[in-house]
Amino acid sequence: MSKIKIEIDGQLLEVEPGTTVIEAADAAGIPIPRFCYHEKLSIAANCRMCLVDVEKAPKPMPACATPVTDGMKVATRSTRAINAQKGVMELLLINHPLDCPVCDQGGECELQDLAVGYGGDVSRYQEAKRIVKDKDIGPLIATDMTRCIHCMRCVRFGEELAGLMELGATGRGEHARVGTYVEQSVDSELSGNMIDLCPVGALTSKPFRYSARSWELNDQLSVSPHDCVGSNLAVQVRRNQVMRVLPHANEEINEVWLADRDRYSYEAVNSPERLLKPMLRDGQTWRETDWNTALQTVVTGLRKVIDRHGAGQLGGLAAPGSTLEEFYLLQKLMRALGSTNVDHRLRQRDFRDDTDTALFPYMGLPIRDLENVDCALLIGSNIRKEQPLLGLKLRKAFRRGAALYAVNPVDFAFNFDLRAKSISDPAGMIASLARIVREVAARRQLSMPPEAEVLAEGSSNDAEQAIAAALIDAKQGVLLLGQLALHHAQAATLRALADLLAEMTGVRLGVLAEANSAAAWLAGCVPMRGENGSPLAASGRHAGDMLKRPLKGYLLFGAEPEFDCADGRQALEALRQAEFVVSFSSFKSAASDFAHVLLPLAPFTETDGTRVNGEGRFQSFGAAVTPAGEARPGWKILRVLGNQLGLGGFDFVSAEAVRSAVGNAVAASARLQARSFRAVSPVSGLQRIGEVPLYRVDAFTRRAPALLKTRDNIGPVACMNPREAQKHNVGGSARVRVIAGGALVTLDFLLDRRIPDGCVYIPAGYPEVTAIGDPQTVHVEAAK
Amino acid sequence: MLSRESITQVQGEIAKYPSERKASAVMAVLRIAQAEHGWLSVPLMDYIAELLEMRPIQVYEVATFYSMYDLKPVGRHKISVCTNVSCMLCGSDQIVRHLEQRLGIKLGQTTPDGKFTLKEVECLAACGGAPMFQIGDTYYEHLTPQKVDEILASLG
Repeated sequence: MSKIKIEIDGQLLEVEPGTTVIEAADAAGIPIPRFCYHEKLSIAANCRMCLVDVEKAPKPMPACATPVTDGMKVATRSTRAINAQKGVMELLLINHPLDCPVCDQGGECELQDLAVGYGGDVSRYQEAKRIVKDKDIGPLIATDMTRCIHCMRCVRFGEELAGLMELGATGRGEHARVGTYVEQSVDSELSGNMIDLCPVGALTSKPFRYSARSWELNDQLSVSPHDCVGSNLAVQVRRNQVMRVLPHANEEINEVWLADRDRYSYEAVNSPERLLKPMLRDGQTWRETDWNTALQTVVTGLRKVIDRHGAGQLGGLAAPGSTLEEFYLLQKLMRALGSTNVDHRLRQRDFRDDTDTALFPYMGLPIRDLENVDCALLIGSNIRKEQPLLGLKLRKAFRRGAALYAVNPVDFAFNFDLRAKSISDPAGMIASLARIVREVAARRQLSMPPEAEVLAEGSSNDAEQAIAAALIDAKQGVLLLGQLALHHAQAATLRALADLLAEMTGVRLGVLAEANSAAAWLAGCVPMRGENGSPLAASGRHAGDMLKRPLKGYLLFGAEPEFDCADGRQALEALRQAEFVVSFSSFKSAASDFAHVLLPLAPFTETDGTRVNGEGRFQSFGAAVTPAGEARPGWKILRVLGNQLGLGGFDFVSAEAVRSAVGNAVAASARLQARSFRAVSPVSGLQRIGEVPLYRVDAFTRRAPALLKTRDNIGPVACMNPREAQKHNVGGSARVRVIAGGALVTLDFLLDRRIPDGCVYIPAGYPEVTAIGDPQTVHVEAAK
Repeated sequence: MLSRESITQVQGEIAKYPSERKASAVMAVLRIAQAEHGWLSVPLMDYIAELLEMRPIQVYEVATFYSMYDLKPVGRHKISVCTNVSCMLCGSDQIVRHLEQRLGIKLGQTTPDGKFTLKEVECLAACGGAPMFQIGDTYYEHLTPQKVDEILASLG
């Protein structure tokens, strides 16, 4: 359709039909005051602040809800418009408390700002003001509901975007209240966004409360380290301390949102547990030392291991949240020392398809396009908790009518509806996916490799048939492999089946990897490939093998093996028997019982670096603050260490110089170079599902107190469905004993209908469950 | 939480709307539930939310918005006094004062013997008979203090 002409404040504009007056004015840079309108939310038109004067209209019109018409003449500053706006402001201020001096929103308050322009000097209101009792809605959001002006942005966010309507407006007129009605917490993993949306100080950040004023803070741009989205952060700093983290708008990635994990994990960088000086072990005790001594000890220790056992007995393990530069220098250091053992895939269990995988774990499409898919199949993914902002994108797709499906080991509660789902135990997921492939092959008259066909035991159920049919019909479809597929004991088989399914149906294949994994692959922090996937003369040992068949020396980079490895117990055993372990860590407690040297590593807010997200986008960022104590950025430590070890090629002067050594070349595909479907030996017994809860994923979230108080931090528990619980005589138990691998742990027990038969859900990432290692099957009995 | 007869009525209401719009039946279902239980408790509203595939807060929003829903137990006779503009202009203040004095309770309260609940409600669309109140399903119009006494005396 052709554009139409309108006039706002005498300015002639050409806009698309269907645009609202406020959108047209915003695009032209003409300010119109507003509270309830937000470009990412539906239009409510309930605050009336954006009233403007429209020619020939009998009364002022709300600019947010008035569509443009050809020849429309709008005045935003006429006497009638200004009087209307001032009138609305006076009404809003009637019940708003005059507590700006003690309000955290002061200085960044939309009401305060607009009151300067539209408010009166003196209030004509003499009656009693409304007071609303506050409720505790959880550890992340502080409430002062007396300040609420009922714009309903938070309510609309919950209903429309988070997909979990927790706040609502109860009562009417003078008695209307925004809240939960009953005393309960707001549990959305995106809840912090309501704070940003709130135009007044009704919802503010609880951990940040009363700690700083907005005008004291400087914004430093950064990139979130916790998932493969690479959300843009505005790290807010006062006197070299991180005070708060807010989203930095980026339409291509996080839009204007952040997951709570990205928003509140900063608490960990101010933790008293920070390691601030290099430390050396003296027998059973630790002593602080200077960097020179520490690095000399590392050089001597590494040389000793190499002299005695050969460089092949050294291994490097990096946390998946490290930066591209850190991954690059770590692998370069290991390889220059003569060891090929370097990896970041600490939670991976199945490495059989190492040589077949794509250049890096690509999510199959640009983040922006995820909301436009018409069909998506989640394979082993709790996307909402693994990658909260991608969950938000899928919810948008759902609202646009996309058909969403899942093959999962738990019937996860998503913020979108699934058209059909195949929920089975972890081993059964393979058979289910194979049956979907067989169904597609039959419908499209394609042949299926016999070794894949044998995996498809039994006949397909309705869900599998529906999924097959939907994938065949999909125009913009995508298969998404999540954490529970990538860390599956038979991940290679699942991946091969997914790849075959993608080929047969023509939908895209995407991988939702952990943290900064894409950068690790591109930097060569994998044992079988160099930087940018370059071939190597010889492959080294992968993370699983390095811990299963212990080495004599380890370099641990930012990782806490107990929680970050697939088998925490095995990792601890391997590290404890090693002759020499260096731990680069931001926290004291991380490796103190097995390391020999602790090097204080600057966390994500204190280092320059680059992250590569799941769509292959490189994002470099600077340090928001200088490192605390004697902590140093990882790339600097590795560079100096390289030089001190006398290795060539470590003369980088900046993080950018390191980055340019890796380059930018990204071929975007997650498809396999070859597929192998090896037979899976059937598991008998009670299978364990070991998801890593979203606030247990890395050393930072595990030390962010507010996040750990949320209900998403489920704790060390065991969950079963009632039928399965009955079978094991634990139906009425509050606690159960879990026995596996010669160890026994006692855990709280919960009944959960979302867990399939034959399984017990025991989340990983808690010290209480480390003792049982990483069993595929466990025995459960009632605790006495 | 609802009797078989109520469930039958609920199903009749749900059937009036498309299957993915069950929430449209919420007002009717709240009415049916209140008729059976006398008032709407949180567990009852949660049950309705599940029945209609809504979030509990969405049911609370509706139930708290309309004055005909009761969120606390009420007495045998619920006196719903209109205090909106027409009734106010015709003397509803005096009616409320008289009722409060006679019954010894304030608006929103119930007499200790559980006989009367006094409730302030929004316009009941009987402005022509202002001031007015509703007890049970009956409208009483053109009220005066004397008339109020007669009405109260007539109630068992």
